[in-house]
Amino acid sequence: MMPSGYELKKYTLPQVLQMRAKAMPKQVAIREKDLGIWNEITFADYYRHVTRFAAGLLALGFEKGERLAVIADNIPEWLYAELATQALGGISVGVYQSSLPPEIAYVLSYTGAAFVVAEDQEQVDKLLEIRSEIPSVRKVIYEDPRGMRAYRDDPWIIGFDEVERLGEEYLQKHPQAVEERIAQGHPEDVCHLSLTSGTTGRPKAAMLRHRNLLHMGVALQEIDPLKPTDDYLSFLPFAWIGEQMMSVGMALAGGFAVNMPESVETAMSDLKEIGPHVMFSPPRVWEGTQSQIWVRISETYAFNRWVYQQMLKIGYRAADYRMRGKPMPLGLRLAYWFADQIMFKPLRDQLGFLRLRRAYTGGAALGPDVFRFYHAIGVNLKQIYGQTEIIGIAFVHRDGDVRADTVGVPIPGGEVKISERGEILCRSDAVVAGYWQNPEATAETFADGWLHTGDAGYLTPEGHLVVIDRVSDVMHTSTQQMFSPQFIENKLKFSPYIKEAVVFGDQKPFLTAFINVDPQTVGKWAEDNRIAYTTYIDLSQKPQVAELIRKEVQAVNEGLPEHLRIQRFVLLYKLLDADDDELTRTGKVRRKFIMQRYQPIVEALYSGTDKVQVDTEFKYQDGTVQKVSVEVRVLEAYGKPELVGV
Amino acid sequence: MQLKVEHVSLNFGGVKALSDVSLEVAQGELVSVIGPNGAGKTSLLNCISGFYHPSAGRITFEGHDLTHASPHQVTKFGIARAFQNIELFTGMSVLENLLMARHTFGHYNLLDNILIYGRAMRVGVENRRFCEEIIDFMELEPYRKALVGDLPYGVRKRVEVARALALSPKLLLLDEPMAGMTLEEKEDMVRFILDIRAERGTTIILIEHDLGVVMDISDRVYVLDFGQVIASGLPEEVSQNPRVQEAYVGVDHAV
Repeated sequence: MMPSGYELKKYTLPQVLQMRAKAMPKQVAIREKDLGIWNEITFADYYRHVTRFAAGLLALGFEKGERLAVIADNIPEWLYAELATQALGGISVGVYQSSLPPEIAYVLSYTGAAFVVAEDQEQVDKLLEIRSEIPSVRKVIYEDPRGMRAYRDDPWIIGFDEVERLGEEYLQKHPQAVEERIAQGHPEDVCHLSLTSGTTGRPKAAMLRHRNLLHMGVALQEIDPLKPTDDYLSFLPFAWIGEQMMSVGMALAGGFAVNMPESVETAMSDLKEIGPHVMFSPPRVWEGTQSQIWVRISETYAFNRWVYQQMLKIGYRAADYRMRGKPMPLGLRLAYWFADQIMFKPLRDQLGFLRLRRAYTGGAALGPDVFRFYHAIGVNLKQIYGQTEIIGIAFVHRDGDVRADTVGVPIPGGEVKISERGEILCRSDAVVAGYWQNPEATAETFADGWLHTGDAGYLTPEGHLVVIDRVSDVMHTSTQQMFSPQFIENKLKFSPYIKEAVVFGDQKPFLTAFINVDPQTVGKWAEDNRIAYTTYIDLSQKPQVAELIRKEVQAVNEGLPEHLRIQRFVLLYKLLDADDDELTRTGKVRRKFIMQRYQPIVEALYSGTDKVQVDTEFKYQDGTVQKVSVEVRVLEAYGKPELVGV
Repeated sequence: MQLKVEHVSLNFGGVKALSDVSLEVAQGELVSVIGPNGAGKTSLLNCISGFYHPSAGRITFEGHDLTHASPHQVTKFGIARAFQNIELFTGMSVLENLLMARHTFGHYNLLDNILIYGRAMRVGVENRRFCEEIIDFMELEPYRKALVGDLPYGVRKRVEVARALALSPKLLLLDEPMAGMTLEEKEDMVRFILDIRAERGTTIILIEHDLGVVMDISDRVYVLDFGQVIASGLPEEVSQNPRVQEAYVGVDHAV
């Protein structure tokens, strides 16, 4: 009988696969779209491929504890290679497909990989380029034979099929070789190395144990149960912890069949064909889908648009009840049922969300409007919070308790505390064994049995966690109140009228902000309200615009504790731009530079004056420079309204 | 030699599009034809593919005489062509365009076809599989069901080549497959052309203006100017040839 629930944590991942292959051999484990057809791979097939490939590795001299790295898109062979390595007591390593040769060289020599599975000629070429830097690599195994003819004579390179064929031969001579090794596995063994995003320095590899992945698979299903017949579309890189958690941990814990799209570009249309029951994507996927809907609706006939708007109004009202888990009044329930039948169901069907029971978003903040939108159209979207070191998910919203400003409550078996510096500390069975060959970083991050997330946050009275920012990016006011400028800037930027915001207040008595109004939306708003303007400078200094933005600032302030509220702000007369060094190329604000450049305005924010004269230069692309003198008005978030009039 | 073009001339009234052009291509070779605008490159391809019939000379392919063959006969001999100006059915999907090209393969009677039964069914499945393999090969999966008319130019060029491949040709004629493409699209197309030859053993005649590409990937190069072959040989030989340099960059006639 197949063990279930937390019983699974007594086994290794290959052991669980072996049991599934025996208990449910005909159950579909993986589906892959190839030549336009979804091909099904059952647990029996899955296990057979894993044993064959493992035996092939043995034939090639793979030793217990050695590392095998995989550089490939989402293909079944990724999982075969990973499970086969683990079956032999080895450790798999995930490498992002888009990595450049020097990055790959670093990862392979850092982890000392002995084998590399590379998807195709493109990846093999990268490895050939860095061949002299990776002496530890004994064999490169390619999956797609296309274009590999010229590499045939190189003994360094071998095909995936060929390894499986070697495995078959090996199994004929030693039929028990792989099964014996699977039986020797222990759930506390390290089985996979997952690279952590290296925002500071080179990436480190977190050491995942069998127990960690299976704990995550079981614990998450305790609150959000799934069935083995459910479907999941795996289209994000397997090197990413989220896919490891879903396609390995959750899938083997009895979650669902893993479906792999035909190519990276077809993922969204394959999604429609699969109609998954569960999804986990970063915010950009949700934002992208929402804006696609907007575009389509805005292109349709006026009548369709009108119906959409009316139905969405009902949807939003229902969403407010749903997200709070409150029962809807009868009238609204009927209205929503109607709206669902005539619009939301067909809409979800178009997107491939029709069977979706739960969807998770994580990795970055998602705007509250996006949350409400998805709940309005009937998608149960929930925020998660976690990191590689805790197998992706430590916190999640419970059904009926979704709040756009928090990341939810700990998943079962998880504990949380906030340290004195305001850092979020976590503890659970999913916390990994440490960093590969990096005792200093391990000691620092995993001190006293807690995972030090490096993020600052606080718990709400209801027990929800609010993440503010990286601890290193947090600032303090002169009254020693902790705040994160970026956290508040993001909240301001959720307003459609605000394009960019810079919050000040480090060692200052209160918080202030520079705000860039969005020329498109505010320009449109001005036209609609018959406010004439000429340039961006003119638009940004209109008293009516000031009043509009003041309301937005007040709305953001309402969601913030008293000491984190913006007291005064200016509407900046020019858009911050990477060409002027005010933003980084990835669009992050360069706070220090902006403070220096706009020194007089920053001083005015804290001096109590309500106007400041600024001389400025505009550099045009042809190199000409124009000098302009602008009067910038300092605005109060509260207090007397601006005199509106001409 | 797989393809032999012997002393071919082509006249349109008084205009000599080709005069005494000879060219030989061996099985599996990648041969490029270059030359200034109006040199007669496309006319030469038109002669090979049966759109024009030469006024003099002879063209043979694997022993078959193509001199007076019609385009559909040429196709049956195993020659396919991708057009410079993209001649696809814009109202049909990518897959339908490829399947259309397969119609010459497989013979079944009307009844089979109406009932989609027996041989018609089997051939239909085979053809679909074949086209899917080409879609995979040319990385057209995202556009399989998209109407060709809705696709961007660079992708349509790829579909044009894919359709030629759907005829399982032994000889592939590519008429400026990279014209008007971005650098990245060009790099992809070069990769496809090299893979077509390596994986399928297809002989390729390429007309191309980008000399960098031509010199990089061709086995041999023919240079046409005013309807005549002015040079031929290995890429490095041809690029050193003074007559070629003259035709391309012109000569200072000033005294």
